[in-house]
Amino acid sequence: MAYTEEELKKELETKEYEYGFYTDIESDTFPIGLNEEIVIAISKKKEEPEWMTQWRLEAFRVWESMEEPNWANVHYDKPDFQNISYYSAPKSADPNKTLDDVDPDLLEMYRKLGISVDEQKKLQNVAVDIVVDSVSVATTFKKTLAEKGIIFMPISEAIKEHPELVKKYMGTVVPQKDNFYAALNSAVFTDGSFCYIPKGVRCPMELSTYFRINQAGTGQFERTLLIADEDSYVSYLEGCTAPSRDENQLHAAVVELIALDGAEIKYSTVQNWFPGNKEGKGGVYNFVTKRAICEKNAKVSWTQVETGSAVTWKYPSCILKGDNSIGEFYSIAVTNNYQQADTGTKMIHLGKNTKSTIISKGISAGKSQNSYRGLVQVNSRADGARNFSQCDSLLMGNECGAHTFPYIEAKNKTAMIEHEATTSKIGEDQIFYCNQRGIDTEKAIALIVNGFSKEVLNKLPMEFAVEAQKLLEISLEGSVG
Amino acid sequence: MLKIKDLHANVEGKEILRGINLEVKAGEVHAIMGPNGSGKSTLASVIAGNDNFEVTQGSVELEGEDLEDVSPEERAHKGVFLSFQYPVEIPGVSVTNFMKTAINESRKAKGLEDMPAKDMLKLIREKSELLEIDRKFLSRSLNEGFSGGEKKRNEIFQMAMLEPKVAILDETDSGLDIDALRIVASGVNKLKSKDNAVILITHYQRLLEYIVPDFVHVLHNGKIVKSGGKELALELEEKGYDWLKQETAV
Ligand SMILES: Nc1ncnc2c1ncn2[C@@H]1O[C@H](COP(=O)(O)OP(=O)(O)O)[C@@H](O)[C@H]1O
Ligand SMILES: [Mg+2]
Repeated sequence: MAYTEEELKKELETKEYEYGFYTDIESDTFPIGLNEEIVIAISKKKEEPEWMTQWRLEAFRVWESMEEPNWANVHYDKPDFQNISYYSAPKSADPNKTLDDVDPDLLEMYRKLGISVDEQKKLQNVAVDIVVDSVSVATTFKKTLAEKGIIFMPISEAIKEHPELVKKYMGTVVPQKDNFYAALNSAVFTDGSFCYIPKGVRCPMELSTYFRINQAGTGQFERTLLIADEDSYVSYLEGCTAPSRDENQLHAAVVELIALDGAEIKYSTVQNWFPGNKEGKGGVYNFVTKRAICEKNAKVSWTQVETGSAVTWKYPSCILKGDNSIGEFYSIAVTNNYQQADTGTKMIHLGKNTKSTIISKGISAGKSQNSYRGLVQVNSRADGARNFSQCDSLLMGNECGAHTFPYIEAKNKTAMIEHEATTSKIGEDQIFYCNQRGIDTEKAIALIVNGFSKEVLNKLPMEFAVEAQKLLEISLEGSVG
Repeated sequence: MLKIKDLHANVEGKEILRGINLEVKAGEVHAIMGPNGSGKSTLASVIAGNDNFEVTQGSVELEGEDLEDVSPEERAHKGVFLSFQYPVEIPGVSVTNFMKTAINESRKAKGLEDMPAKDMLKLIREKSELLEIDRKFLSRSLNEGFSGGEKKRNEIFQMAMLEPKVAILDETDSGLDIDALRIVASGVNKLKSKDNAVILITHYQRLLEYIVPDFVHVLHNGKIVKSGGKELALELEEKGYDWLKQETAV
């Protein structure tokens, strides 16, 4: 590997990161509680066709018969699902408006989020859809994308404008009844993004969605559906923030990715929901179902940096259905104070010569619990399937926990499955070494953690990698006494 | 510049330094020699402010300021540098990134902005040439998989980057082959000036042929038992430490 002047320069560049605020925007919020009327009301509010309303009701009926899962290594007071409002929209938002019409307060909020719609516009390489509470507020670059035949819009619009695509694919990767939270989401999802990349098209820019919970006492249930048609390529980034609140906020999203023959999807997440305060009060409950299906020769990479949420329950997965398809999962999960994370992936090998790679980096500090849970399943027909998994844990202090639950189910003798795991602690000698060079302990930890996470950080698009690094630093602040 | 007065220090309740007196003036090079376990590295750690070691008596002053309540990173900002006998590995952190962080943290402490990338680049280029360090080396994870010699050379590269006032080189010569030793020594000599000082901890006369000390001290059982000029090092090379041990036992 050469180390060019250019690379050296890049490494020397620095950027600033801003975060943490609350914006007071008037909003239109439903009364609390969940029943068929609310589901119908949401559908109506969104001006949805009848088939969509019915689809939601089916999901609601299934959900009613289901129980909240208990198997994850997390402990929390179960949310009272009748004590949440299932719809909240900033009043000034109108999906038909252009950016220029958007409430200046909202724009200010994006600026604080570091999204800076204007700047992104100028950069000309990131198209952004922003979801505040339950509504997509603005999608930039629609036109530029349309020239390539790329559809990128709020899912609520897609339901009206591209019903044939939505009908064909929604629920095919994550069925309504898949699990408790997915069923709930299917009944009440209020927004999210829809994306379609036509055959043979390389999406010329990063596509990006930012989710934000702003209103108190609301849940956020967004649904993302991304279809990469044959031989297409797209890189997608999802960012999240929520302001600090004392009560727990609920977030239950569903993401479905469809990679048709020869297509490639890179899906990156930087999750920064409010983790709760130092005493473990407040924070977001993040129960997310993310899954991809890969057809022949297709490839899906999930990259996630999880630093926020009080409780995280999340397993971005790949169904490697087509021969020679590839699934990748790169994850950094940081927990501090009283945070709990149970996260990992499932790689389901159905096709021949399918390959999967799992790199998981768990960092635990404070009194937090960090679990990796991964399943590698090789079907009897999946000749020549290969998996490599590496799970590294880094511990800070003596009160936190790191746990690894790797499950392997191989029904084909030709399967090659490798699993490596390490656990390490930040050493006093490493900290002193940094101190001696003028780096204080807090910064030293950030440096060591960034080094530990490097393999995964490197998978993120450049500008987000910088942001993610800062985020790691911020989330571990105060983790040493 | 550095004044150590009647310094006593413990580790895990055991007294290791037992009354050290040493004054190092700007422009001077001091060599500290002595058998294994005599407390040389401990002395270096205490000067650098490692709190594994408890100072029970005496003081360390830098330019007239008592360092007792000064944290290790502040000591570094004030110009104390330690080239470690056993440099630690920091996986995934490149030498470049580490140095960038170190320099900018020191600048921040002095109320300065981050060093502009182009100045940093120039500095790195200049110092890596001084120590004949390959550019590729700078992209590698700090000390991870480095040979003994590479680690030591990297320590001196860091010293060159940080331009300390007082540099303590703890057995920097061990692990270096003769060519590397020559490069490192010539680097140290070029960095030497009338405004800074160097303390060389070593077992061997060899290094002192390249970096000529003004004073040589022998540490034994936590005390300086003999001090002299550079010829003392030669004498030690010839006779070993036993005669001194006997002398002090009396
Ligand atoms: N962290 C430590 N814990 C316990 N004993 C230590 C520690 N560091 C040094 N010592 C002891 O202190 C004495 C001096 O060690 P050191 O300063 O490393 O000697 P030198 O560098 O002269 O070989 C030795 O007996 C060593 O075992
Ligand atoms: Mg030693």
